[in-house]
Order: sequence, then structure tokens, then C-alpha cells
Amino acid sequence: MITPLEERRAHSGSQFAVRVALLSGIALVAFAAIFFRLWYLQVLSGEEYLAQATDNRIREIKIQAPRGEILDANDKVLVANRKALSLQILPEELPVNNGERHDVIRELGGVMDERPRKIRREIRRQTKELPANPVTLQLDVDPNLALFLRERADRFPGIRTEEVYVRKYPQGAMAAHVLGYVTEINEELLEEPVYSDLVPGDRIGRDGVEFQYDQMLRGQNGAIRVQVDAQGNPVGRTLAERAPQPGNDLKLTIDKRVQAAGESALSTYSAGLRSSFVAMSVDDGAILGMGSSPTYEPEIFTPPADTDAVEAIFAPDGLGPANNYAISGQFPTGSTFKLVTALAGLEEGIVTTATTIADAGVWEWGGVKWQNAGEQPYGSVDLGRALEVSSDIYFYMLARDAIYAGDGEAIQKWATELGFGAPTGIDLPNELGGFVPSEDAVNEKFEEGLFLDGWVPGQNLNFSIGQGFFTATPLQLALAYATVGNGGSLVRPHVAERVVSPSGETVQDINPEPRRDVEINPAYRQAIMDGLTRAANGPEGTSTAVFGNYPIEIAGKTGTAERPDLLSDQSWYAALAPADDPEVVVIVTVEGGGFGADTAAPAAKEILSAYFPGPQTESGPAPVAADSVE
Amino acid sequence: MVAARARFEEPAAGPLQRLGFSRLDPLTALAAIGLILVSVFVISETTQNDVAGNPYYYAIRQAIYAVVGIALMLAIARVDYSRFRELRVGIYAAMIALIVLVLLIGVAVGGANRWIELPFFRFQPSELGKVLLVVALAGFVIDRARRAKESQRTARLLLLGIVPALIVFLQPDLGTALVYGVVTLAVLFVAGTRWTHFAFLGGLAVAAVGIVLVVAPAVGAPVLEGYQQERLTSFLNPSADPSGSSYQTSQALIGVGSGGKTGRGDDATQAGAGFLPEGRTDFIFAVIAERYGFAGAAFLLSLYALLIWRALRITTLSKNLYGSLIAAGIAAMLMFQVFVNVGMNLGIMPVTGIPLPLMSYGGSSVLATFIAVGLLQSVFVQARLASPSRALAL
Repeated sequence: MITPLEERRAHSGSQFAVRVALLSGIALVAFAAIFFRLWYLQVLSGEEYLAQATDNRIREIKIQAPRGEILDANDKVLVANRKALSLQILPEELPVNNGERHDVIRELGGVMDERPRKIRREIRRQTKELPANPVTLQLDVDPNLALFLRERADRFPGIRTEEVYVRKYPQGAMAAHVLGYVTEINEELLEEPVYSDLVPGDRIGRDGVEFQYDQMLRGQNGAIRVQVDAQGNPVGRTLAERAPQPGNDLKLTIDKRVQAAGESALSTYSAGLRSSFVAMSVDDGAILGMGSSPTYEPEIFTPPADTDAVEAIFAPDGLGPANNYAISGQFPTGSTFKLVTALAGLEEGIVTTATTIADAGVWEWGGVKWQNAGEQPYGSVDLGRALEVSSDIYFYMLARDAIYAGDGEAIQKWATELGFGAPTGIDLPNELGGFVPSEDAVNEKFEEGLFLDGWVPGQNLNFSIGQGFFTATPLQLALAYATVGNGGSLVRPHVAERVVSPSGETVQDINPEPRRDVEINPAYRQAIMDGLTRAANGPEGTSTAVFGNYPIEIAGKTGTAERPDLLSDQSWYAALAPADDPEVVVIVTVEGGGFGADTAAPAAKEILSAYFPGPQTESGPAPVAADSVE
Repeated sequence: MVAARARFEEPAAGPLQRLGFSRLDPLTALAAIGLILVSVFVISETTQNDVAGNPYYYAIRQAIYAVVGIALMLAIARVDYSRFRELRVGIYAAMIALIVLVLLIGVAVGGANRWIELPFFRFQPSELGKVLLVVALAGFVIDRARRAKESQRTARLLLLGIVPALIVFLQPDLGTALVYGVVTLAVLFVAGTRWTHFAFLGGLAVAAVGIVLVVAPAVGAPVLEGYQQERLTSFLNPSADPSGSSYQTSQALIGVGSGGKTGRGDDATQAGAGFLPEGRTDFIFAVIAERYGFAGAAFLLSLYALLIWRALRITTLSKNLYGSLIAAGIAAMLMFQVFVNVGMNLGIMPVTGIPLPLMSYGGSSVLATFIAVGLLQSVFVQARLASPSRALAL
């Protein structure tokens, strides 16, 4: 035991007093620190923290605005909405702790009869693409399950069921390329000014008119402000409410019957490669039907999106079914281009309607043997007969003469006049403009390394029959035929007709002004129309076999474009109908379809039959068509 | 002694006297009882929605702990603490047994194995262990004061403190382990351990922190769990990850700050709406600061200041070194817990899960603290009996 003396020394010495004083000093400093901190937080910064506390407990709950519907020209619903009960995971509100998060997911998997691994994979997959967005696990949840989850919200933090509007496609894949699709906005797009008022989880149109008219269709989400607890459960009353404003409806110029006929014709005549069609009103550029094959079901984008299917429509190399080849497929158009060459020849005085040439089937120029298809000789050929039988030699000679007339670019000039080489400006995204091969343009591409050859005069001859470096989209070809058909108005194609408010009032008529007037001599126009009419009806016409007995007289041109890259020909048909006063232009192209008369022409006929329903129609178009044109 | 005691016996004993209050230090009793009354009141006000159908579940339990605690305090105050000195080995062994037992048969809550399930409540031995360590260690200090070389003595005493600290750390309960360490250092410090030894210990501590926080994780052998390390460091920047490990700190700051000068009363939402977790235990100070503002929080801190001042005062009043060491250890224990817990509520200390003595809900902590206060009273009573004039001086 310690001696009392020793103990007393340790107890009452100055050492002891110093040490207890030091301990007291530490206590004093600690209390001073706490008091100052408390003063700083509560008295000096109280207001600021009070604001944060208020922020903490007020939550804005979004009320989704239904997107506008999309209707065809006859008010047939192409895209509608439906309400669905969506089971969502808010990744940021799941427990941070790994074990707890897994527990929540395991329990969720148990009640929704889903393997937890699958749920975790789905969360990973969706958060990879849309990091800040709610993850949609299931649409059309069993209402009993939704109720179960809501009643036990504390056991399922970060899990919610919400009524959402999703797109409904009563016509399935019909007009998928025109309509486009809707997805949740991603982070990248959120940065863009047009989407500045959107938040993660909002849905936007990503292609077709859904994209083009997104702001019209989207509407404005409403919100309620409520007081919530830490789990985000509303407590107390609603503090404020802003009703959602439904989006406007969009009425299209598309005629469902024409569209359906076009799509069915493509599937009938497709050779398994790409094909597309355009049916357009000649006078105002209203698109009556537009299709592209292969196509896809826009439904695959409805959350939870079918990722494999979505990937598949963009593969391979972005050339997959998601593309609308009617506006983004750039192809040589073959003999359908002869319309332009003929007009250029007449307008520039290179030929007259009376000019005849001797067509021996083969012709040598510039050290090259130029020939008709199958070296078919047609003998004495003037412009009308050249169009009827599709004599290549006639147009080769015209193109040869064009090289020596004026600046040597008469065909290029008229191709450009008729809209080739530049996008038509249709109200759809991702339109391409094709290529008009002038000497400068070709050499420029050659220098850029995009073409293997530079310009040689022989290119002009290939160009005259829609071959060589020339490319155009089916829509551009439709526009060129429409311009000749209507006598010189280069219209602006459009698929939308009108924006209608939810209450039925017209918000906006979409009636774009023609881009320009092209001065076409009516006599030359008539000569060309006659030639095209002969091509579809004359004894030697290339498509007489298809249209010879058709109740309505058609002016039409076949095209058989050589596609060295495909090892088979691309079939084209361009039709103006009725021939004497064209209302509608129809373009069909089928990759690998062979001769124009074999596949594209009969496909065009099916489309025309939908536009002119019933062969008995003689005194004008059907009322349906009249609606959509005016 | 008998004569001295007789002098202090009042002729007509009132009810307080009969309960044993008469010889106690009134200020210490006032502070301790005031604190527990505040605790019961606050818990009854703020936990009414915590247990469905039983609004006063926690308040009633805390009140029961308070009553039992006060009774314990009175009982221990009547005992001469000097007797515990002879029992130091037994006390130390009992403490080690208790905290080892919890590792063997304890129930795990939230990943930590700190409790032993008893029929009527969940007992946390490490809380009681703090007080037992103070009592035992003070005895060992005096026992060894004349033995061996001084440096060896310091090392052995240190080991006596570090062993239970390590066991508690394994539960894992980093906060309580730190309390064990602080109590050990305080007892050694007041006992007169050489400054050079403390300088050496300071160096060791810095090195240990460096190894635990920096070197060990870097070489792939982390000593702390990830969440522990995050908590220890994230308070330095509470807004960095508001939803992650610093969530509690930032919510506590919002709660404290939004209380302002006079508090938000029943409009308080940080605790009421559940933004602030652990509102009746670790973060009860933030709850009080939000509800009752600077006025309420400052009042509460004043009670703690009073209690700690009395503990330090009793350290100097004690009739012998043993009593001084007990009082000093308890003073250090209270100081450290109050400063770390309140500091954590105010965002200036890491989140370590140390309860606020006599305020946080929980039987083990309340009872252990009252036992500690009872020991303080015992030291005071004995000092007063030994030298009435000295003890009466504030």
C-alpha cells in the first residue's frame, strides 16, 4: 500500500494543483469552442439553416402531362397515350449501405416474383444510360402489388409506383419512321437549350414528328408542392398545385390507307434489302404516305425499353431499321432521272421535241462503249420515244452534247433547280441531300479522298441516266417529279398538317410556302408528261405491262439502277397521277429489286390504288384524298 | 469519524434528508437531476410517434432509468468509496469479464455487438465498464505509486486501460473505446505521471492515428471499417456528400442552425419529419437545439458546465488521492463525452456514436452516469466528513 505521506505529496503538491487546473483549462476551452460554434450556427446563421430545413421538407412532385396524340389526315389515331402503373426505383434514394440496399432489392424481388439479380442488372443497365433517371422496373404493375408497396413505403425506400402516360401505337409499326419514338431524356440532351425546362425522367421525342414537333406535343408537366418526411412520404396538406398542361395533338398529312398500302407493298416486293416509298401531293408537298423497310415497332422504346431490340434497329453501323431511307437513303436513281435530263435538254436548247437520233443499242464515244440495257436497239428515237422505251443512247448523246453547250453543266443546273443535291427541308429529322456530280463537286470529293476517280466527261453521260456519282433520296426524286407535274412549283414536303390544342382549336396550320418557282416551259413540260404517259401506257412503254390497263392514266418512269456494291440492281418507279393533271406523285425503290417494272412499278400501283380507291373513280379523286390535298 | 458524522446529522430529518440528500453536494445533484429531467421531458415531447400506439414508450422507460439511476446515485453516495480501492482487482476483472461476455453472447444491432439482452432491457456493459475502469485504475495507480521504475509503472497502467479499450473497439465501438483511452490518460495525468511520459504518449498517439488512417489503408490492411474511417473524416466537409456518410452531420447542422435563438418548438421538422436519424440517442442535442434554440441549448450546456465544474472541484476537495483520481477520471469521462457528442452535433467532431450523458435515451448510459455521479457524491461526502470547512467551500 502507498504510504500516507507519499500519497499526500502526490495529492496536495503544486503538481497536483497544476494538473487539475490544466484539466479545468481544457474543459473551459472545450466549452468555449462549443458555445461559440452554437452561437455561430444558431444566432448568426440561423436564417440560412432555417431555409435549408424548409427546403428539406418541401418536395415538388411532378404530375406528368400527357403528350399530344398523333392523327392521320382523316383523324385516325396513329399514336395515343395510355395510363400505366409503373414500378420505379429511384437509385439515389436506395439505402447507401450495400447490405441494406441488397435487402431492399431482395425483398422487392420477393414480392414482385423477380430474381434480385435481374433487378440489380436492370438498375445497372438503365442507370448506365440515364444516370439521374428513375429506373422503370415494370410497367402495368399489378394494382395489388402497387398498394402493397405503398403501404409499406418504409420497408421499400427508393421504390415507388407511379401512374405514367406512355405511348400507345394502335396501328403497331405503321409509319414508324414518320412518327419516330419517345424516350426519357438523357443527361447530354438536358444540357441543350430547347430542353432547358425539362428534368431527368421527362420524355422527349427522338425521331420523326415526335422529335420535330416535340415542343408542341410535349405539354407542360404540372407539380404539387407537399410537405414530406425524410422518406419522401407526403405529410400534411398540399401547399400548392400547378395543373399539368396536356400537349397539343398533331394532325398529319399521312393518309392511313395510302400508308398501309405502301408498307404492305414494300413487304410484298422487298428483296430483303432496303426499300422505301413516298406518296406526296403534287401541289403542296403534303406527304400522303412514306415508308421505309426494314422497319421497327416504336413500342420497343416504352419503358422498360427492350434494349436488345433497340440496339438491333440501329445496327449495323447505324444503317439499321431505325433509318428512314425515304429521306436518308442516298441512291443512284437510274432511268427515273431521265425526266431531269430531258427537261435540261429542252430548256437549254440541246434537243427539241423533234430531235431524233439513231439508236443502235450500242454507241462508242470517248473510247468507251455506251449501250442500252441488253444492247437493245431502238432505231429512230425522239424524246417521247426515248422516255417511253427508256433509251439510254438518246440520253447519252444528249449528255454528250450538253458538255459542249454553254458551261457544259446543263443537266447539273436543272437537277439542282429541281431540288437535287440539297435536302428538301421536310419536317422530319435526319434528312440527307444526295449528290449532284458537277466537275467541281466531283473533283473536290476526289481531292478529299471520298471518290476514287476525279471528273472525266464520261461522268456526264452516266449522270444523264441517274448513275455514276449521282445520288438522291426517294423524297428528292418525288419532289423533282412533283415540280414537273405541277408546272414548276418546288414545294416544301411536309408530313404535319396542323397542330390542334387539347380543346380542339387549331394552334398552327402547317402549310409551308414553296421553296421557289422553277420556270418550266409548258410545252416542254407537256412533251415530257407525254413521254412519261407513253412509258406507262404506250405500246413499247417500260411499265405498260403494269399500268396499261389501269383505270387512271399514269405518267410513270421505271428505273433500274446499277449497284456495284450490291451485285444486283435497284428497282425504281416514279409515277405522276392522273397523267393529265397530276395530283399525286409516288416513288418506290427496292434494293435488289431488279428491273423497275418488276418490283417498284407494281408496288407503286398498289399505293396508287389506295389513293384512288375503286377503279370506277373517273370524275376525280376520292373525297378522302381531296381532304388531304386541300 | 463517528464524532464527525454525528455533528452533521440534523436533528429533524426531512424527506430529502431521509432519502440521503442531506450530505450531498447540492450543485452536483442539481445538475445531474436537472439533466435527466430535461432528457425525460424532451424525449416525451419528441418521440410520441416513434412507437405506434404507445406515445410515451421511450419517455416512460427513460423516466424509469432516471429513478433507478437516482436511487443508485444515493446508494453509492452513502458508501465510502475508499473501500473500492481494495476491490480494484475484482472490479477490473468484472469489467473485463463483462465486455468480453458481450463479444460471446451479445446481440448485434446494426452490425455492432454491444449489447446483452436482459429480460427487461438491453444492457450495454461497456457503459458500466467506463466507470468500473475509473474506479479500478485509480486503485492501481495508488497501489503502484511506490513500485518499480516510473516508466515501467506508466506502461503497466497504460496497458490496464488499453486492454479494455481494445476489447470494446472490437465490438466494434470506436467511440466508447476512445472514452476508455481518455479516462486512462486523465487518471494517469492527475496522478502525477511525468510530463516526458505524456510527451512520449502524445508522439505514440500521433503515430497511431497516422498508421490507422493513412498507412494501414494504403498497404491494404485497414484497421477501421470503411464507415468508421468515413465518419471520422467526413465531418471535415459535411456538404461533400449530403446523402452519404456525412448525411447525419449535415442534417444535424440544419437542425441546430434552424433552431435560431429561441427554437422552433413544435414546428421543428428536422427531427419531427425524420430527417435527423438517431434523434433520441446520438443526435438528441440537435433535436433540443432545433426545438428550443440557442436559449435551450445554452441552458443545457450550462448544466453540463456545472456538473463538470463540480467534478473538477470535487477532485481537489477529496480527502485522499484515490478520491481525487476517481473524480478526475469521471470529470474527464463526462467532459470527453459531452464535448465529442455535442461537437458531433455541431459538425466540429466526427460521428463516433458516443451518447450524451444523462440526455441520450438508454438505460445503460443513464445508470452508468448516475453511478459515476454517485461516486462523485461519495468523494464529496467523505471529504466533508473529514474536513467540513474545506468541503463547504465552493
